[in-house]
Amino acid sequence: MELGDIIIKFILVVIIFAISLVVAMYSTYAERKIAAFFQDRIGPNRAGPWGLLQPLCDGAKMFLKEEIIPTNASAFLFIAGPSLAILTACLGSAVIPWGQNIQIGSRVVELQVADINVGVLYIFGVVSLGVYGVMIGGWASNNKYSLLGAIRAASQNISYEISMGLSIIALLMLTGTLSLRELAAQQHDWHWNVLRQPLGFLLFIVCAFAETNRTPFDLPECETELVGGYHTEYSSMKLGFYLFAEYINMFISSAVMATLYWGGYNYPGMDWVLVHTGPTIGPLIGVAVLFAKIFLFIFFFMWVRWTIPRFRYDQLMDLGWKVLIPLAIANIVLTGLISNYL
Amino acid sequence: MESLSNKRKLIESKPLNFWERAYLPAIISGLSITMKHFFRKPVTISYPEEKREFSENFRGMHSLKRDENGKERCTACGLCALSCPAEAITMTAAERQKGEEHLYREEKYAAVYEINMLRCIFCGLCEEACPKEAIYLDGDIVPADYLRKDFIYGKDKLVEAPLNQ
Repeated sequence: MELGDIIIKFILVVIIFAISLVVAMYSTYAERKIAAFFQDRIGPNRAGPWGLLQPLCDGAKMFLKEEIIPTNASAFLFIAGPSLAILTACLGSAVIPWGQNIQIGSRVVELQVADINVGVLYIFGVVSLGVYGVMIGGWASNNKYSLLGAIRAASQNISYEISMGLSIIALLMLTGTLSLRELAAQQHDWHWNVLRQPLGFLLFIVCAFAETNRTPFDLPECETELVGGYHTEYSSMKLGFYLFAEYINMFISSAVMATLYWGGYNYPGMDWVLVHTGPTIGPLIGVAVLFAKIFLFIFFFMWVRWTIPRFRYDQLMDLGWKVLIPLAIANIVLTGLISNYL
Repeated sequence: MESLSNKRKLIESKPLNFWERAYLPAIISGLSITMKHFFRKPVTISYPEEKREFSENFRGMHSLKRDENGKERCTACGLCALSCPAEAITMTAAERQKGEEHLYREEKYAAVYEINMLRCIFCGLCEEACPKEAIYLDGDIVPADYLRKDFIYGKDKLVEAPLNQ
């Protein structure tokens, strides 16, 4: 790898990092605005035009708040919790292919930070690390509500990771690769995996809701029962990190869903567009398409949040273990039979 | 026990059928309901800029009236203070001096007239008690403030503006 490549990778990392932070920041704005629209309200509209500066004000407020570490809390772990949460949330973006190779001047640039051949496994590894941030934070607070929230989060994440993994296996049986780059390339034009794996996608999206702790699976932090769950004791920007990590997780899991099932940067008629717009603009349109898909998924996350009430805990576990896992296994068997005999 | 009215409703809890247990149809119908609200016109009234119309008999802030010549109608009889269930009104009477005829209608007038807006319950009994038609609750909403003492409104805030201004 020559120096130029390293610099380009570095720039790409910075851009992706900045984009995921900005998207997460404006997700908070979008969430409040969308919630307002669903409830026949207007939503934040005082800070800047249409309230567009609201996330900045919220951020400034978070930084200016007093920082409290409870007396009996373990200070090191108390700070490590939110740091881990946001770190693991950001890590996932490294393997996502954002677009086809793009030509800038005479150089061809890959729009992916790391094309590792076990990309799907990497995503799963990072996702399962995410539970440590919540767990450590909840335990270090030395508070019963926090601990309950953290235990709920841990058992929920572990339960739903199983069916998530199983739902992906059926997809991998069809595609025969673990590299996200190849997965995206295989779905060229309109050959999107969701057309071949509708049940698998349904299972995956349900599990994605559970993994990102979004309603109807937001039991770890349910305000009405646990006073905020694992982040009860957190204040200032450490609380901000936890909330931010949730939105980054939402962004990354939307990107993963778009890449695995909805064709990533592919769209019908992309070859024709690529020929007519050239090797620089063409891939950029693909990137825009991917982002449109991601934003649709984020909207869907919020739409569901403001529609459905939360599950009771036993219902949550029932759904995870008695419904989703058998369905995922049935999906694997069905996929095997169909791909062998049809 | 016999029920007093003959209204009764039998409540039965049937076990959920397959489609109800599958969650998804219910979730989809819920999503469609919220989507309808998404495009509905918001009901919000952006308060300081836009105001909701008051009804005709809305009782807001008090005003002390003047007569057709611009003289203060109040004669400090104290009936409003007497009728006030919240004991929000106090006043001090004074005698009209020579040369003040253009200011006060009767020989006696209220030198100090104070209403504590934190005590006032806006019932309108002072309005009804007044024999001189001097006080009406025809103003706006009483605005917010920071200190309790600033809610005690004196004549400077209560008396109507003079006619020729």
